[in-house]
Amino acid sequence: MSQATVVAEAPADELDLGPELADAVEGAWAEDTEKTYVIAPDRILDVLRHLRDVQGYDFLSNLTCVDYKGYGGKLRADVDARLEIVYNLYNTRRGGGSIGLHVRVPEDETVPSATSLYAGANLQEREVYDLFGVKFEGHPNLRRILLWDGFNGHPMRKDWQEAYFEEDVKPFRSRHPKGEYAFHEDKIPWAKNTTYPAGWDPDSWQEPVAYVPVSQAPHHENEPHLDTESIVVNLGPHHPSTHGVFRMLTRVEGETILALEPEMGYLHRNHEKIGERNTWLMNMPFTDRLDYLNSMSNNWSYALAVEKLAGIEVPERAEYLRVIMAEFTRIVNHTWSIGFILNDLGALQTPALYAIEEREMILDLFEAVSGARMMCNYMRFGGVVRDLPEGWHEQAAYLANERLPRALDELDTLLTENEILKARGRGVGYLPVEDLIALSVSGPMIRAGGLAYDIRKAEPYGIYDRFDFDVPTLPNSDIYDRYYIRLLEAMESVRILQQALRDIPEGETLGGRGGYTLRAPEGEVYSRIEAPKGELGFYLASDGKVAPWRYHVRSPSYINLNALGPMSIGYKVADAIVILGAIDIVLGEVDR
Amino acid sequence: MFGTGLLKGLGVTLKHALDTFDDDRESVPDRYRGSLDLGNNRRVIKQPIDQEGLLTIQYPEEKRLLPERFRYIPMLIWDSEKDEDRCTACGICAKVCPPQCIWIVRDSDEDGKPLTRASEFYIDAAVCMSCSFCVEFCPFDAIKMNHDYELAVYDRYPQLVYDMAELTVPLEYYAALWPTQFEEEETRRREEEEKKRRQEEEKAARLAAKQAEAAEKPADAPAAPKRSAAELQQLARERAAQRQAQAADGGSSEDDAAAAKKTRMEELKRKAQERARQRKLESGE
Repeated sequence: MSQATVVAEAPADELDLGPELADAVEGAWAEDTEKTYVIAPDRILDVLRHLRDVQGYDFLSNLTCVDYKGYGGKLRADVDARLEIVYNLYNTRRGGGSIGLHVRVPEDETVPSATSLYAGANLQEREVYDLFGVKFEGHPNLRRILLWDGFNGHPMRKDWQEAYFEEDVKPFRSRHPKGEYAFHEDKIPWAKNTTYPAGWDPDSWQEPVAYVPVSQAPHHENEPHLDTESIVVNLGPHHPSTHGVFRMLTRVEGETILALEPEMGYLHRNHEKIGERNTWLMNMPFTDRLDYLNSMSNNWSYALAVEKLAGIEVPERAEYLRVIMAEFTRIVNHTWSIGFILNDLGALQTPALYAIEEREMILDLFEAVSGARMMCNYMRFGGVVRDLPEGWHEQAAYLANERLPRALDELDTLLTENEILKARGRGVGYLPVEDLIALSVSGPMIRAGGLAYDIRKAEPYGIYDRFDFDVPTLPNSDIYDRYYIRLLEAMESVRILQQALRDIPEGETLGGRGGYTLRAPEGEVYSRIEAPKGELGFYLASDGKVAPWRYHVRSPSYINLNALGPMSIGYKVADAIVILGAIDIVLGEVDR
Repeated sequence: MFGTGLLKGLGVTLKHALDTFDDDRESVPDRYRGSLDLGNNRRVIKQPIDQEGLLTIQYPEEKRLLPERFRYIPMLIWDSEKDEDRCTACGICAKVCPPQCIWIVRDSDEDGKPLTRASEFYIDAAVCMSCSFCVEFCPFDAIKMNHDYELAVYDRYPQLVYDMAELTVPLEYYAALWPTQFEEEETRRREEEEKKRRQEEEKAARLAAKQAEAAEKPADAPAAPKRSAAELQQLARERAAQRQAQAADGGSSEDDAAAAKKTRMEELKRKAQERARQRKLESGE
């Protein structure tokens, strides 16, 4: 199924829910906030159902929560409810902006789970439950996800303080001029900085290995004459095929997977809590560490969100530089991911090493312009931090016009027609694109299922509307297509790079007002970009102070894992490894 | 036909194999193009953008030529001409530091009045995330990024907690590491000084004209010293007192400390010369 590229159309001005649901809307979230509405908690499912079925908002992009305890801003002066659940919905057939819904929840009350309507709410609601303690009624598997079961408290709540808590917001007053600094080593943390939830005993507790979805997986009945028994197998967490510290809990019958549940959080450092302690600018180098292969696009996404919130203009040359860096990083990511899909298939190292030769050259360019190969920290609010060094443009133009097209063609010759790759990849990991959309999957995965949805076209940001490029799609939604779509996208990136490097004007690279003293005005923003792995969004809420009130990362790697279980069922264990590889996750972004 | 895709792919690997084999057999492989031979198998490799053949570098014998903007751990600039640290202990670097790994003790005189210099300055290199914000926002060009990346030690504490002596480098070292940026800064500084000097001259000329008009007697232009005479005397007294106190402690004598600093600065200047030599290679001289 191939169709026309989704482009942005003007969405309806007002949220029109019809007469039956008119009373569900309690009002706009704020007077000057566009298309964000407060919905009564008991009517949220009706509103979501209406938006999905009647108005076509089929993609639940972002679901998160904000704790407003102690909020000092004016916007919520007369609201009592402590927590707010935030939903951001998009229409994948029409493009354009989102509809935002807020549900106000007093502490200790439950919210209906959206999983029955949007299967993609699964991981996101679990994350909200884990970090905020909001219970979702009707969620099939409401357990902690990023933290362990014996963890006491819900860390994203405003009154929760980490071990060695110093102050709510940096900069810490102790550092200057008195110069005090406490080494954690001196405090001997062992056994003294851990508290457990009430009634939880570390000695008697046992990890629930066979919990509901895996233990109740359907028995395989294709071969009735064989009396087989299904067993639970852990793939990972320490295994090269899991791309980091990540565990796939599977129930297998022979080699066939009956149920699969992703287990994560081994690299969790509560990036979002750190983000609330940081000032606005301090978060920029921290975003490098999310998807550490693509720090340039992480920087851009965060900068874009803050610029939208604070109304900061970006100079023309900086816009071009951002596009150049983002497209280079897309090629870096896709060559890396192609190499490792092949690695997972058993073509050990050769395709991977060929694929990352050009990555090496691009990283050299990143290092020359930003000072670091991977942790670039290159973008700022209102532009980029430095202009190009001498000779950079010629080198980049050589890469974009000669070396990269040649290298991608070579990869194409090496792999695309390969009969083994076809035999292993065709029809494996199939899931129809409608299911992928419902599971909130984004990026190359849905384009490999035939839906030409790319945020660069569907809701253009930066200056992407000026470039001539296509959104490639493939029809089969299997791991072979997920490999090939990345190669095609890298080729389109080369086209964008050639145009951007040709057209880039001279001029300023950094507008004013974005320095370390920035205080973003009160309000909220959800902004997203087409990152190499999918839709990377930042949800920010500000109370007008030096630090974000809420800093949430909608990371594509994490939410794309929604599809891992459904995609793997019925295939072999060896296929599950490649299915995971073809989602293309980075654990820095999954666990945050 | 079944198998053609495989054969085409194998053709690519064969080409790669032959290319790298051929390249490796050359007396000067492509990766050595434009590199600097330091003798004893040690090389600084430039890695041109159109390099073919074997791309791997035999670290640690072979090392890449670092670009100027490479950033690792910050360093403090000691102005060797003026014999003073550029740092004024304003604390902006400690404020903008995302992981809060900089801490500074501001110096003060006997009365507790704060002075514009640091008595202690620490960076916890194990916590530093090399973001370079301290460099970006320092108004005095007093903190810059070092290129030295081989910092492995056996213990994090105290080896990776750098104090002022370990962080301080001479200006020449910085100029060799960051030649373009250093040149830009110096040009800017010269322009500003020139502007300031001209403004002062004009002011003085106006004042002189006024005075000449009033008393028909020319007057000298008033100089604008950076620090008052009293303040300078005060600083000198403090330094002397500190040195005396150190000597009295029985620890390192004044001569020892001075000698250690001198050795370190000489060492860094040698490093700077070496880097300047490598730079020439980059510019193709």
